[in-house]
Amino acid sequence: MQEKKCFFLTFFNKSGIFIGMNKKNADILKILKGGYKEGFSIDISAVQAPKGLSEEIVRFISAQKNEPNWLLDFRLKAFRQWQKMPEPHWLKGEYAPIDYQDIYYYSAPDRKEKPKSLDEIDPKIRETYDKLGIPLKEQEVLSGVAVDAVFDSVSVATTYSKALKEKGILFCPISEAVREYPDLVKEYLGSVVPYTDNFFACLNSAVFSDGSFVYIPKGVKCPMELSSYFRINAKNTGQFERTLIIAEEDSVLSYLEGCTAPQRDENQLHAAIVEIIVKDRADVKYSTVQNWYPGDENGKGGIYNFVTKRGLVLNDAHLSWTQVETGSAITWKYPSCILKGDNAKGEFYSVAMTNHYQQADTGTKMIHLGKNTTSTIVSKGISAGKSSNTYRGLVRMSGTAQNARNISRCDSLLIGGNCGAHTIPVMKNENKTAIIEHEATTSKISEEQLFYAQQRGLNKEEAVSLIVNGFCREVMKRLPLEFAIEAQKLIGIQLEGSVG
Amino acid sequence: MSAFLEIKDLHAKVGDKEILKGVNLTIESGKVMAIMGPNGCGKSTLSAVITGNPTYQVTGGSILFKGKDLLKMTPDERANAGVFLAFQRPTELPGVSMAQLLKAALNAKRTFLKEKPLDAVQFMKHLKVRATALGITDEMLKRSVNVGFSGGEKKRLETFQMAVLEPDFCILDEMDSGLDVDALKVVGGAISVMREEKRSFMIITHHDDLLRYVAPDKVAIMRDGKILQVGDKELVAKVEEKGYDNF
Ligand SMILES: Nc1ncnc2c1ncn2[C@@H]1O[C@H](COP(=O)(O)OP(=O)(O)OP(=O)(O)O)[C@@H](O)[C@H]1O
Ligand SMILES: [Mg+2]
Repeated sequence: MQEKKCFFLTFFNKSGIFIGMNKKNADILKILKGGYKEGFSIDISAVQAPKGLSEEIVRFISAQKNEPNWLLDFRLKAFRQWQKMPEPHWLKGEYAPIDYQDIYYYSAPDRKEKPKSLDEIDPKIRETYDKLGIPLKEQEVLSGVAVDAVFDSVSVATTYSKALKEKGILFCPISEAVREYPDLVKEYLGSVVPYTDNFFACLNSAVFSDGSFVYIPKGVKCPMELSSYFRINAKNTGQFERTLIIAEEDSVLSYLEGCTAPQRDENQLHAAIVEIIVKDRADVKYSTVQNWYPGDENGKGGIYNFVTKRGLVLNDAHLSWTQVETGSAITWKYPSCILKGDNAKGEFYSVAMTNHYQQADTGTKMIHLGKNTTSTIVSKGISAGKSSNTYRGLVRMSGTAQNARNISRCDSLLIGGNCGAHTIPVMKNENKTAIIEHEATTSKISEEQLFYAQQRGLNKEEAVSLIVNGFCREVMKRLPLEFAIEAQKLIGIQLEGSVG
Repeated sequence: MSAFLEIKDLHAKVGDKEILKGVNLTIESGKVMAIMGPNGCGKSTLSAVITGNPTYQVTGGSILFKGKDLLKMTPDERANAGVFLAFQRPTELPGVSMAQLLKAALNAKRTFLKEKPLDAVQFMKHLKVRATALGITDEMLKRSVNVGFSGGEKKRLETFQMAVLEPDFCILDEMDSGLDVDALKVVGGAISVMREEKRSFMIITHHDDLLRYVAPDKVAIMRDGKILQVGDKELVAKVEEKGYDNF
């Protein structure tokens, strides 16, 4: 029995379409050798763990991955902690309590019954692929028809990964990093987001499946945008991604997460963690386009996306989060910066768009600890249909944050009369020399604006899409160009059906 | 053969307020029609109704454009059929650049005409030639549509959009108000250059300023929601001299 784990090193070609490289892992049996742990009673030849979460399951996952003891201990500690934590329900939105015992926490990726051809894919999703201009071959990969599609550009991707190696940059699945660079992983895993942090982070720490690992050595400027996204195609397997990025002193990195193409997943529950360490004078830009399945027009189905993203920013270092969130039934996500070093700088630029019955509760936390630290928050929320869109943010100026500064702007745009927009900014200023500025606006697209664009020949949907994209321009322009163009198209597609 | 534009007994209102009270007007192909009339007589409302602004409800009458019933068409269908309005008070579109708007507009029209969209190079070339002629700088093309522009700049940008989209029927609502002498020359020049057999203009104005650069073929006098009289360009002088009380 072969386990195929897909890992795409992805790069964007000129038209904004990723090209990828597929990396197979070793034989599962080989992995399992020596993975047997005492008291372990699950059939280790199974490629799928039974439903539910228990200590045994955690051990099983760890064994499947042939993990060292310290990582198993990390998982177990997290699991024991998680058992004591209540599921949080403070977010602005509603969802039925999740039955954590009704979820698969591990299964080998290739076990799922895959669609045999694109004809079996939901025509709506295919329509979106076409609108985004995604080539057929790629559509097959995205929809899971072909997991192993060999791209014409494998050689290109290989060249890139060679270029990375030459600079000493490490970019690989975190499971591989655990084997190849255990010291780095051991030192930094959980250092920014401890497993005790919150319910979902704790869950992730116990059961994380895989994710990316990036290490940029001292003084190195990463020569290209790094991008990766993961597809785990097993049915009902919670997606627990874990990303760890370490940027050494004076290094520079731009990282892209996600993909504008709609990503389908049978699993409702996603709980990811991204941890970033930005050392002195390093500069990291992390961009996300999130387009998980949002559920249908009636609010049925859709992904629950509970994400913890946080960066530790040291002296004179800079961390910038840019996100475009259009998918998921529920989004719960607060990319944050701990501005620990003096003169550290944090930024958060966000577009969150909700339609139909989607619920987004997203924002950021800027924790100012160092002197002269600065942070900028620009949040653009767009709500249509019957959706609910909340900005929730925390800016904290600690006593040590002399002369720290924050500027926040939260703009909400409402489309139609049945949606909601909420802004919940929390400001804690414990330092007399620190300044926090906050501005918030709520607006609607006016009849005159619509008419003006229509008079120039745009139909109503195109007009709304143009105006909405204008509303988010400040954030969109921070994305790498190809990504921005795709994201713009995506906003247009997500708006469909929202204008009468 | 049907006329280029034929408006018959057109009535329109806002809420309970009737503004157009039976407008009759015919514009021939290739002609320039000037519309003059006192403030509040309904000139802008007429342009809004022709272009399909949903603020106004049409309560009677008809508008035929090249034989097509405009009143049955959506605003964008009218635009793509060749009806263009340079607005008296253009709306702000924050975050949308003029270049973006025009690219979307040109491509919408080309899609409508079943032509292929312009590629980036063709588009920029098309834009630049006209921008230069109208004194529109790159900076103005990048800025948000109508946000923070001076009155005169807005008029030039409206005229510029007309030049870029090359519509068959151009309605210019007070493009001459607030323009300095040089800008007036530029706008007048742009209209003159665009005059041709297939294209007609409806120029709404209060003065003869613009009409000195663009000699109208006919002049219509509007008052209280109706066209009172249509004559030749001598009417302009009469209005300038004696006002509207004699009509
Ligand atoms: N949306 C509206 N709501 C209420 N009244 C309106 C509206 N639009 C126009 N009117 C009224 O209809 C009348 C005609 O207005 P319109 O703007 O068409 O005049 P105009 O001839 O263009 O005037 P001007 O020369 O000042 O531009 C005015 O009395 C105006 O107040
Ligand atoms: Mg007017």
